[in-house]
Amino acid sequence: MIHAKELTKHFKVHRRPPGFASALKSLVHRKYEVVKAVDGVTFKIERGERVGFLGPNGAGKTTTLKVLSGLLHPTSGEVDVAGHVPFRREPALLGKITLVMGQKSQLIWDLPPAETYAMNRAIFDVPQAEFDKTLAELTDLLELAPLLDKPTRQLSLGERMKCELAAALLHRPLTLFLDEPTIGLDVAMQVAIRDFVRNYNHRHEATVLLTSHYMDDVVALCPRIIVIDQGKLIHDGDLRKLIKTMDPDKRVSFTLGDHVTEADVGKLGAVLAQEGKRMTIRIPESDLADAVSHLLGTLKVVDLAIEDPPLEDVLRVMFGKSKNHTNGAS
Amino acid sequence: MSSFARVWRAVPTLLRIGVAETVAYRAEFLVWILTSTMPLIMLGLWTSVASEAPFRTFSSSRFVAYYLSVLIVRHLTSNWVAWQLSEEIRLGVLSMRLLRPIHPFFSYAATHIAALPFRSLIALPLTFILLISSGASALSTDPLQLALLLPSLFFAWLITFGILFALGCTSFWFTQMFGLFNFYFGVWSLFSGYLLPIALLPSWIGRIAEYSPFYAMLGAPIELMTESLTPHQLGVLFARQALWAVAAVATAFWVWRAGVRRFEAVGG
Repeated sequence: MIHAKELTKHFKVHRRPPGFASALKSLVHRKYEVVKAVDGVTFKIERGERVGFLGPNGAGKTTTLKVLSGLLHPTSGEVDVAGHVPFRREPALLGKITLVMGQKSQLIWDLPPAETYAMNRAIFDVPQAEFDKTLAELTDLLELAPLLDKPTRQLSLGERMKCELAAALLHRPLTLFLDEPTIGLDVAMQVAIRDFVRNYNHRHEATVLLTSHYMDDVVALCPRIIVIDQGKLIHDGDLRKLIKTMDPDKRVSFTLGDHVTEADVGKLGAVLAQEGKRMTIRIPESDLADAVSHLLGTLKVVDLAIEDPPLEDVLRVMFGKSKNHTNGAS
Repeated sequence: MSSFARVWRAVPTLLRIGVAETVAYRAEFLVWILTSTMPLIMLGLWTSVASEAPFRTFSSSRFVAYYLSVLIVRHLTSNWVAWQLSEEIRLGVLSMRLLRPIHPFFSYAATHIAALPFRSLIALPLTFILLISSGASALSTDPLQLALLLPSLFFAWLITFGILFALGCTSFWFTQMFGLFNFYFGVWSLFSGYLLPIALLPSWIGRIAEYSPFYAMLGAPIELMTESLTPHQLGVLFARQALWAVAAVATAFWVWRAGVRRFEAVGG
């Protein structure tokens, strides 16, 4: 279980304009600014939940994950992860959690990943048989075999990310903090990682807190999302409900038949996209049944698909509102 | 499992990984073990000064014995944990070390201990040959002193590692510690006997040096190798080394504990 109560993390940041003169000036007089990276965030995550942690760049997502995993001491507030205070970094806690950061490597840079795995086995005291079994499973799933004996520094970003994920899971943690875990991976591997994380969550009743700029990761994995912006929590709840609340209209995509004009379709809803004969229109949920019936029956369109609005669009609206609210308040 | 038991069980693997890291860059590794030439420069200088007649109590062969002993002890006790820790703090790389259930003091220590035999691979045999051929007459032959050399080197290593670890931790406050390190290196060079035998320094500096941790890091084992000591002197030498070892390790842990609260885990 993860619990954050009124969590804040502030950083003191030195600011100076570019140029030689300002560099000299900063030697004697420095301007500091306090940045509220996380500002009074409260949430509770039960064991086994998969939660998406979303927000624009600089919203405080990664900082929160770093506090939860014990890398940062909070400025104020309370944090509890699996019954431990994270910043004390007790071995009992560190054996139960993992943090995967797409932008930071936990692999030993000059050595092949297999050496990092051996080291993690020793440090986390994983029994050899269990280690062999887990590694074989991860090697198979993530197609690691050709990478295990190549120096980490010579791996591509995607190859490294696969190896990072394996390193992070070898001790079978029960809480996974995943910060951009699919960065640099091709589409097929992104899907494989999502499936793996979902299976891992089911098999071990592991808690997953995920940040990703790929909304497909979040939609596929996280029934619940927490959204923060400028360090403040602006939403915590069911992903589908959020989408429905923010934008209840559906997206209907289809291919136009030969003798159907755009004008015929335009009456049903706003046209959002058109590429050749393929169109996407926006239709209020209350009008959906009639509209679909008209499209299929009267206009004879083909390849019709009904979808929720993309999460990206919902978030864009949400962050816009949050910004306006902040500007209005200031 | 207690932290100590976890460390103990992980030691063989940590040492093996440390060895692999040490030899990962063969050319750089070779250049590194051939460096540390300062004692050789000082050796050339002082043997030239003492070639006609002894300088104070130091004959030419005594200078040879002294500076080659410096080279041996330096090779076996020096480390780069201060730079390593400082860079890892500055770049945020330390984050990944903090996620492992083993105190970084031990993981860094294992890396540096693992590097020792390799770093000494070329330098030590060479130094031994020179020592035996040119400075043997000025070496101690007392079996007790020679037997105590290993524990003395262990203490010297521990004090050096503890102090440099604490120094590296200052990057939690200053982001970079190279200026501070240069100051430390200057003080250490003087009081440890790295530049000059303590006996050649003004007596008041010599007295300060003997009580300092710096002398316990280098001068003490050299004394065991090159002087003839009474049991009382041996006791004092070891008591000082043991006390400084405890103080250095305690300081390292204390500075770490105070500093890690300020870690900003930048990047990512």
